[in-house]
Formats: sequence, structure tokens, C-alpha cells
Amino acid sequence: MENFPQLVPLVVFVPLIGLLINLFLGKYLGERGVSIVAVGAAAIAFAVAILLWMALAANGYEAAVIEIRPLANWITIPEAALDIKWQFRVDTLSVTMMLVVAGIGSLIHLYATGYMHGDPLFPRFFVYLNLFLVFMMILVTGNNFLVMFVGWEGVGLCSYLLISFWWDKRQPDRKFGTVGWKNSLAGRKAMIVNRIGDFGLLLAIFLIFWTFGTLDYYKPGEVPILPAHGEAATHGEAEAAHSEGEAGTPAAAEGLPLSATMGVFNQAEMMLQQGAEVHFGPFTLPIGTVITLATLLMLLGVTGKSAQIPLFVWLPDAMAGPTPVSALIHAATMVTAGVYLIVRSNVLFHAAPVSSAVVALVGTFTALVGGFIALGQWDIKRVLAYSTVSQLGFMVAAAGLGAYAAAMFHLVTHAFFKALLFLGSGAVIHAMEHGHHHAHEVAHEYGGHHSDDLPDLPFDPQDMRFMGGLKERMPRTYRAYLIGMLALAGIFPFAGFWSKDEILLDALKVGFLNGRLEGYIAFGLLLVSALFTAFYMGRQVYMIFHGEPRTEAAKYAGERGGGMNVMVNVLIVLAIGSTLIGLINVPTGFWVVDRIVPNHVFTDFLAHTVVYAHAGSANMLLAFIAVFGALAMIYLARILYRRQAVVQGTRDPLEANPQTAGIFTLANARLYWDETYDRYLEQPFNRAAAWLGDRLDWAFLHDFVHDVLIRDAYNALGRVLATPVDLGLIDGAVNGLGRLVRRAGGAVRRLQTGYVRVYALSVLLGALLIVVLLVAPLLQQALGG
Amino acid sequence: MEPTIFVPTDLYLMLSAVLFVMGTLGVLIRRNAIVIFMSVELMLNAGNLAMVALARQWGQVDGQVFVFFVMTVAAAEVAVGLALIVSIFRTRKSINIDDLHNLKG
Repeated sequence: MENFPQLVPLVVFVPLIGLLINLFLGKYLGERGVSIVAVGAAAIAFAVAILLWMALAANGYEAAVIEIRPLANWITIPEAALDIKWQFRVDTLSVTMMLVVAGIGSLIHLYATGYMHGDPLFPRFFVYLNLFLVFMMILVTGNNFLVMFVGWEGVGLCSYLLISFWWDKRQPDRKFGTVGWKNSLAGRKAMIVNRIGDFGLLLAIFLIFWTFGTLDYYKPGEVPILPAHGEAATHGEAEAAHSEGEAGTPAAAEGLPLSATMGVFNQAEMMLQQGAEVHFGPFTLPIGTVITLATLLMLLGVTGKSAQIPLFVWLPDAMAGPTPVSALIHAATMVTAGVYLIVRSNVLFHAAPVSSAVVALVGTFTALVGGFIALGQWDIKRVLAYSTVSQLGFMVAAAGLGAYAAAMFHLVTHAFFKALLFLGSGAVIHAMEHGHHHAHEVAHEYGGHHSDDLPDLPFDPQDMRFMGGLKERMPRTYRAYLIGMLALAGIFPFAGFWSKDEILLDALKVGFLNGRLEGYIAFGLLLVSALFTAFYMGRQVYMIFHGEPRTEAAKYAGERGGGMNVMVNVLIVLAIGSTLIGLINVPTGFWVVDRIVPNHVFTDFLAHTVVYAHAGSANMLLAFIAVFGALAMIYLARILYRRQAVVQGTRDPLEANPQTAGIFTLANARLYWDETYDRYLEQPFNRAAAWLGDRLDWAFLHDFVHDVLIRDAYNALGRVLATPVDLGLIDGAVNGLGRLVRRAGGAVRRLQTGYVRVYALSVLLGALLIVVLLVAPLLQQALGG
Repeated sequence: MEPTIFVPTDLYLMLSAVLFVMGTLGVLIRRNAIVIFMSVELMLNAGNLAMVALARQWGQVDGQVFVFFVMTVAAAEVAVGLALIVSIFRTRKSINIDDLHNLKG
């Protein structure tokens, strides 16, 4: 079991092999073969993750760094002291992420085999899904920021590919022409918005490399410097470097630069203790400022990937992808990469209180805004999307408040119940589409006419106004969905209760015990967000499952056939997980439960890696308030949305009530957030681009620089070269030579008379000349001598 | 012993020169190819005469031997030359060399 960590490359390479098989042989394998390969690859990755977890437990939770020989030396430039390796890091944090990604991922793969049944691009979908697993695993297993960034970009690519997966869908759409257009624009939006965030993350990585000379989290065998023990626990080599080093100039330990023996986080701790300074050419900044800067830039990356204010706008649009994608990538795993990044860099964030406060506030406001917008959405997946934004806000806020364990805990529980909810919504959409189809056929058979359109609204299988009464038609889905809703709303004893409560209490403690303002703000607003959560989830469940069916499609919806069985079975597994997973981190002092199950197991597990993790405690009063508030909100939703009659035509009861109509309109319009971006960012940008394109590119560069300066000058030069130079000088010289030769030849040809006599005479004269020339000297000699 | 009349070499050379000049003028002036041919023979034999005379003068046989070669070559030349003339006459019905100026530039 000691050698189990050596298996970690498998979590990357098994899905890679799976995707290669499906890529090249998918056509011939058929749906069944493709499913077996893809789900098998995910399941093997999950099995490997479990083995790694067992290995960690056996090794006393000691982190291991694994490298595969031929791939280890990824980027090596000795001249620039640049040596970036591709190493796999097995520690409690990465294994937690691996378990979530591969575990939830396997279930969603399995679900997708049912959901995508009959799709002509079935193999391609699973190629993308496995590719996503590959990159997500690279992201979480990498031992340095650059490998993490490769995964980060890779999952972004998969996100783009899968959001716009149905880019050629011909179904008409009111706003975009066809649904295919809408999907590909949503993919593009996700790509562009994430580029903004990635720009920040890249700058953060550059800054970290400049400051520390390495990007590795920890070097192999290096032990984190623990805050409690301070310098006593410093690693041997680091100790040596510490005692010899001068501030700002890392000294060499045994001839090696510090960056070769110490990772980023330990160096950061050390430099902070020394109060070192970092030099940027003529500028010099204290290390604390540099870390603040790096973490703020990192936060920009987080807001992109984890859909925080101001870059969250891509996530709701990303629901254009197939529902399993929404569940896997845009709820359970990829979007939590930002939270993982913060928790992974907890040493840096802990050292930068300003950044942490900003992170906490960004998370808090995101949670509030996401929760508020979710109140007014009609689209079943959009509600869940904004809910995801809101819950990611909870996680980020927790990480910003220093509650790293609580953030990770919420990440894990959220992965379960949000995957459950998305997959449940996928089952509902699937059933609605089939119901719509079935109603059509029935009407056709009896020669009647059938329409699922509401008075001023064409049919949309994702719109909750067309649903209702599905409880009787889809009982298993209903029960699973109900558990997911209770977990998300934070009702005892479901998973969300434990994690959300821990975050709320941590926020209150930061405010109350540390006297930090952001703690109070976070506590207050997160509590409000939690109430929003309970309300919109209650609204959703009552609108979908209760009352009478509002359309024929809903009447004929069911959970049989068409791959529905496997989907519902996955829902049941996830429902069990959503019920029990919260028990992995029960706080001490919680009523009876803390006597039954071991307390904060998960926090202790994480604390082996996350230096600044701390266990949460229980406060029965807060728990009671939160649960009671959530129940009250669900009850309020029940009053408003329970009966079918409540939704009159296409109007929400909140909309119908003049006192709340404004609030609802605001939430329904998504706070005009996208419109604001459109008006104040996109349109000015487009206008500037148009102006630049028209003035700078067309008028100046094209018409003036190109046409006038370059083309005309070139033509003039060409004319000069052609007429006087080429025709006059060069041709003149060549032709002149020719003429000269011809003229000379013409003159000389006269000599050739053709009369033999002339030739004979010339021979004679020549002979005479030779004789004279020969004889003359002799004569001269004879006469002179 | 019957007294021999010794003709001085100068006379031979003069005769040779006269013959050579006559041959040269014949080549240059006459138009009939056969006559020109004969004139060439005259020039060759003028040369032969000079060589024989000088060989006697110096008491060496080289000149006399050389004359045989010249006569041989002359014979060959006559054979070729007459063949050419016959061939030319067949095509052009003339042996007037002034008619043969195709090489005029």
C-alpha cells in the first residue's frame, strides 16, 4: 500500500486512453461500446482515487510527489533557471478533489449514457467528457501552478466544446434564430469571459515565479512550515537557507538556489518571517505587498472560472450545454476549480488579509446576487445555474474568511446535491420532451389538434410554467429531487445543512472574535442568501412537481423508457450521497449527532495539507435559526406556488402582486446585469472597435497608409524602375550591345565576297606578310651586322 | 670525263620564282577551275624545283626526299580536286568559279 501513490498518473491517463479509443473507434463501437469505455475509464479513475486515499491513510497522510520519468522534465531552460516539472501531487486536498471529480464524474457519465441515448454525436460527447476528466485531473494533481494552469485552460476548452455541443441544432429560437446559434454564442461567451480571468491568473503565476523562482507548491519531500510550531518545524534545508540567507536575496543552500529546494508556500512563510523585499528592476516592494498583489490577480482568475462577480455572467448561459455537462462541469467540478485554487494557496491568502477580505466580500455579494436572481427565473436550469453561482459565492466567501476546510466541505456536499438537482432537472426536461412528443402522437391518432403553447408563450421543455403535477408521473425523480432541494436549502440532516452552517458560523466568528467587518457583512448577507436559496428551491419544486399539469406535455411525461431508467438510478445514488455526505464533517458540540459519528473528520483530513484549515464548531441557536428560516421560506413558497391556479397564464404570483412585482421583475431581468455589461462594456467596446476599424484600420491604415503611402509610392517607384531604369538603362545597354555587334558584323561581312579568288589573294598576302616579318629581322641583322 | 655544265643554283631559283608567280597569277586571274587547278600544280612544282635545287646546293638529300612527299600529296590533291570539280559541274553545269559564290556574306 506504500507504493499506491505511484498509481496517480492513472487518473489522468486512463480517461485519456478511454477518449482515444472512443475518438478513433467510437463509430464502430456503437452506443453500448462507447458507454462501457467512457464510464469504465471514469470508474477506474475513481477506483484509483480510492486507492490513493487508502494509501494516504496508511502513510499517515503524508503527501507524496510522483513523477513519470519521460514526462517529468516538462520545461527546462537552465540559462533562465527555469525548471518546471510535471509532477503529480498526492495529498489530502488533491485526493479530495480526485474523489469528487471521479466519483461524481462516473455517476454523471453513467447518467449521460441514458440522457444522450440516440444522439448522432454520442461518441463525440463522451470523448469530450473524458477529455474533461483528463484536464480536471491534471488541474488537481499538478504539483505546480503551471501544470494547474494547463488543466485550468483544458477544462475551459472542454467547457466551451460542451456548452456549444449542439451548435447545429435547427430548432427555432426567438432571440437567436436557431437554438444552435444560441448554444455556440453561449460557448463563445464562456470562452471570452474566462479569458479575462485567466489573464489575471497568468499574471499571478508570473509574479509568483518572479518572486520565488519556482512554481512548485512544495518540493518532493518538503514539509509545510506549520504556523503553530513556527520556525521549529522548518524543513532541514530551508533551515540552513534561513540562517544563512539575507533579506531579499535568497542564499544558496549547498550551492543550490533556494528555489531548487523550497516550494512557493514555504518560501513565502520564510520571507514573511524575514520581512524580505522583492526587486522589480528599479522598484522594490515588501513581500507582503507582493503576495497581496499576486492573490488579488489570482482572485481575478477565480472570478472567471468559479463564476464570481464580476465575471459570473457566463455560467447561466452555459446551461445551453447538455444537462449532464451542466451537472458535471458547470456545477459539481470545473467551477469549483477556483475554490480549489484559493484553498491550495491558503498560505498566500492567509498572508494577505486585504486580499482575503476582498475574496470574502466578492464571494458574499456573489452569493447574494446569484440567490436573488434565481428567485425570478422560469427556466428550470437557469434557476439551478444562478443557485450554483450563489453556492460558489458561499465557498469563495468561506475561503476568503479563512474557513478553508468549510469551503472544501461545501464544495464536496454541493457537488453531490447540485449534481443531483441538475441531473433531476435533466430527467424532467427529458420527460417533458417525450411527453410533448407523445401528446403530439396521441392527438394525431385521434385526428385532433394539439398544442403545448401557453396563451402568449411557445412551448419550451425547460420552462417551469409548462410543468406541474409531475410528482405522480415521476415519483422516484420527485423524491430524489426533494432530497436535493432539502440539502441545498440547508435542512437538517441533509448535506447542505452541515456545510452551510459551518460557513455561516465561521463568518460570524471572524466578525465577532476577530472584529473584522467583512465577517459581519458576510454573515448577514450569506444568511439572507441562504433564505433566498430555500425560497427559490421551494418555488421550483412546487412549480415542477405539485399541482395539476399545465400542459399536455406535462400530462404525458413519465420516467420510463428512452434511457430514463439508468438516469433515475443515478439520481437515487446521488440522493443517498446528498443525505449522508454531510456526516463526514460533523462539528463538535452538535446536539446528539456528535456522539454518534466522529467529529470533523474531513477537516482533520484536509488539515494535513491545508496549513491554515481549522475545525468549525457548532452553535445550536444559529443552526436552529438557519433551519427554521429555510423551512419558513419553503412554506412561503408552498403557499405561493402550490396550486396550479397560482400561476395565472405566464405570470408569477410575486409578479401579480403589485407590492412585490418590482422585485420579481428585477430578479427576472437578472438585475439587468448582462444588459449593463452590454450597454457599458460591450457596446462601447463594439463602437470603439467599429470606430477603430473604420477610422484606424480602413480610413487610415487601408486608405491612407496602404493605398496612398505604400501602394502609390510603390507604384511610383515601380514606374521609375520600369520606364527609365529598366527600359532605358538596362534594356538600352543590352540592346545597344546587340546593335553594336550587328553593325560590326554588317561591316565585316563585306569581306566575305564568296569569290575564291579573293580568299586566295588574302592567303597570298598573309603568306607574304609572314615572309616579310620573318625575313625583315634577318635582313636587318645582315645589313646592321 | 665529259665536262658537265654546272648550272648555278640562282638560275634554278629564278626559274622557280617565275613559275611560282605564273602559277599565283593563274590562280588569281583565271576563272576556269581546271586552269586554276593546273596553276596550283605549277606553284607546287615551282616549290619542288626550288627544293631540289637547294638540296643540290647544300649537298643534302632532305629536300629531294621532301619533293617526293609533295608529289604524292599533289597527286592525292588532284584526285580529290578533280572529283570535286566533276561533282560541281554536274550540279551547276559550270566550272566557272565566279559562279560559285554561295559563301558571300
